[in-house]
Amino acid sequence: MTMVDHIKTRVIPDRLTTPTQRILRSWEALLLLVAVGIFILNSFASPYFLDAWNLSDATFNFTEKAMIAFAMALLIIAGEIDLSVASIIALASTVMGMVMQAGFGTPMIVLAGLVTGLLCGVFNGVLVTRFNLPSIVVTIGTMSLFRGISYIVLGDGAFRGYPEGFAVFGQGYAFWVISVELVIFAVLAVVYGVILHKTNFGRAVYAVGNNATAAMFSGIRVGRVKLTLFMLTGLMSGIAAVCLTSRLGSTRPSIASGMELEVVTMVVLGGVNILGGSGTIPGVVIAAFVMGLVTFGLGLLNVPGIVMSIFIGALLIGVIALPRLFAKLKGAK
Amino acid sequence: MNALLKSRESILVGAILALLVLISTRFAGFVTPANLAAVFNDTSPLIILALGQMVVILTRCIDLSVAANLALTGMVCAMLNVAVPGLPIPVILLIALAMGALMGTLNGLMVWKLDIPPIVVTLGTMTIYRGIIFLISDGKWVNAHEMSPAFTAFPRASLLGLPVLSWMAIIVIAVMAVVMSRTTLGRSFYAVGGNPHAAVYTGINVGKAQFRAFVISGTLAGLAGYLWVARYAVAYVDIAGGFELDVVAACVIGGISIAGGIGTVGGAVLGALFLGVIKNALPVVDISPFWQLAISGAAIIIAVVFNARADRTKGRVILKSAEHAQ
Repeated sequence: MTMVDHIKTRVIPDRLTTPTQRILRSWEALLLLVAVGIFILNSFASPYFLDAWNLSDATFNFTEKAMIAFAMALLIIAGEIDLSVASIIALASTVMGMVMQAGFGTPMIVLAGLVTGLLCGVFNGVLVTRFNLPSIVVTIGTMSLFRGISYIVLGDGAFRGYPEGFAVFGQGYAFWVISVELVIFAVLAVVYGVILHKTNFGRAVYAVGNNATAAMFSGIRVGRVKLTLFMLTGLMSGIAAVCLTSRLGSTRPSIASGMELEVVTMVVLGGVNILGGSGTIPGVVIAAFVMGLVTFGLGLLNVPGIVMSIFIGALLIGVIALPRLFAKLKGAK
Repeated sequence: MNALLKSRESILVGAILALLVLISTRFAGFVTPANLAAVFNDTSPLIILALGQMVVILTRCIDLSVAANLALTGMVCAMLNVAVPGLPIPVILLIALAMGALMGTLNGLMVWKLDIPPIVVTLGTMTIYRGIIFLISDGKWVNAHEMSPAFTAFPRASLLGLPVLSWMAIIVIAVMAVVMSRTTLGRSFYAVGGNPHAAVYTGINVGKAQFRAFVISGTLAGLAGYLWVARYAVAYVDIAGGFELDVVAACVIGGISIAGGIGTVGGAVLGALFLGVIKNALPVVDISPFWQLAISGAAIIIAVVFNARADRTKGRVILKSAEHAQ
């Protein structure tokens, strides 16, 4: 990362922008516009798009990823990152399979998934905060380690035969076309929105991300905030593991591979600064819908998954590059 | 400091030797010169990529797109070979180097000119490069019988008792060793990573140095791409999937500090060899290959904890506070 800041010239405007102007000019407003645009394009592109059940299906494209993205957003705002989330899903799902094979029922299986996720988060968090290690490297390591343990347990096999009651998380519907996953997603969106924007902890997250040293001197326990965020990310990965395993009805060690990329893309698309310090939960929520709509629309047009990943990759770079490009062109004038 | 770095490499040599002794107690045939040469040959692509990654990490960046770059270059070389079987190997090698360099250039430009964090750039290009392989190949495989004999024979051709693949790695090691320790280019990578502010004041363009690092990493990935496809005589979308993690692991194990500025060619090579020995030893000591992923993960974590401790004893505390104040 280039660390050299150029001296910024600050222009003091004659008139302050009004709150309405600020909302209209925000990243979230732009993103919402994009979402609506994609929605309209999709409904023209395919006659199957505007169908309540199809749209309901489309939400499965992003609900699990978005659950993790909420916690990841906080983590990235605080200046850290967790690339091991997809591997945590694999490990949590494997442990759930083992608990299932040992003859336990749905409650224990779910508990096992959540606890595994939480413990993985603790492991990441302790390594980063206690040993003062860069989170990118630590989580690249645990990314191999967690999924590696799944491979050791499962090899090229799979766990199948989850109890019937377990299917409710990934396949059940709360009412009409509203799936259980969508409800979990909505509840978590509200919870994380409140945590980040309405609590002291949320302010601490921004403070740590903007200037960890200053945060420390103003009485914030930086290490504890970061550890909590890693634990939350782990726990969310555990919840996502429950939903995904329930939806697929089986566990393979390759489950959710590559998902970390989509989660990070979702967070960055949502307007969270990858270098930390800024970002909002509403942004991430809209970004989740944008990504879900794009992948679903392309799916309806029979675009294969790997080609979709080109779009995701381009989206990731594009959303960061374009504002910088414009700023550069503006500065050149 | 030099002595400390040296001792760090001797620790790695010791670890590899201990590993070899341990393996030989279970399976004596592993430590014969012929087999060790085979292990080196098998590790050659990892060594080549690790040296490119080392330069990138030295400048405080990371390149996660190397495996995808390798796969795309490999696929292009294979398809080119199928289309024009008579194309001489040196031309294919040049094309591989140029393709790799081009992809590295794209990464580097985005980091240099647009100031996008390297991890974002290379996560993005990683999926884009892989996706392009699917687009150009239609998801089909290029198999051994479609490739020309000369194409697949090149990396295996024996020269003075070693295959060309091994010689390629040795050449890359030699060139990088000279570049890193004897040229201004090499010194600039260390300067940029060690203290970017000081580097600017000494007249080094930080962004440009990072750009060059990405070009080097991309070029080496391109070279490895042709060698990989020719050696295994097959090209498809997923070749070397997840290999970028092994490459970063080799660097971290080799003592290259992810914070930039610290690391040597010898360290990167030894880190790669450490992983190579483990990978080749697992089957002969009757451990399922499924253990490999977890072992390299554990190795990364242990190495990075170890690195942090080594950094701490180096007495860079004064500099640290200055760095934080930036």
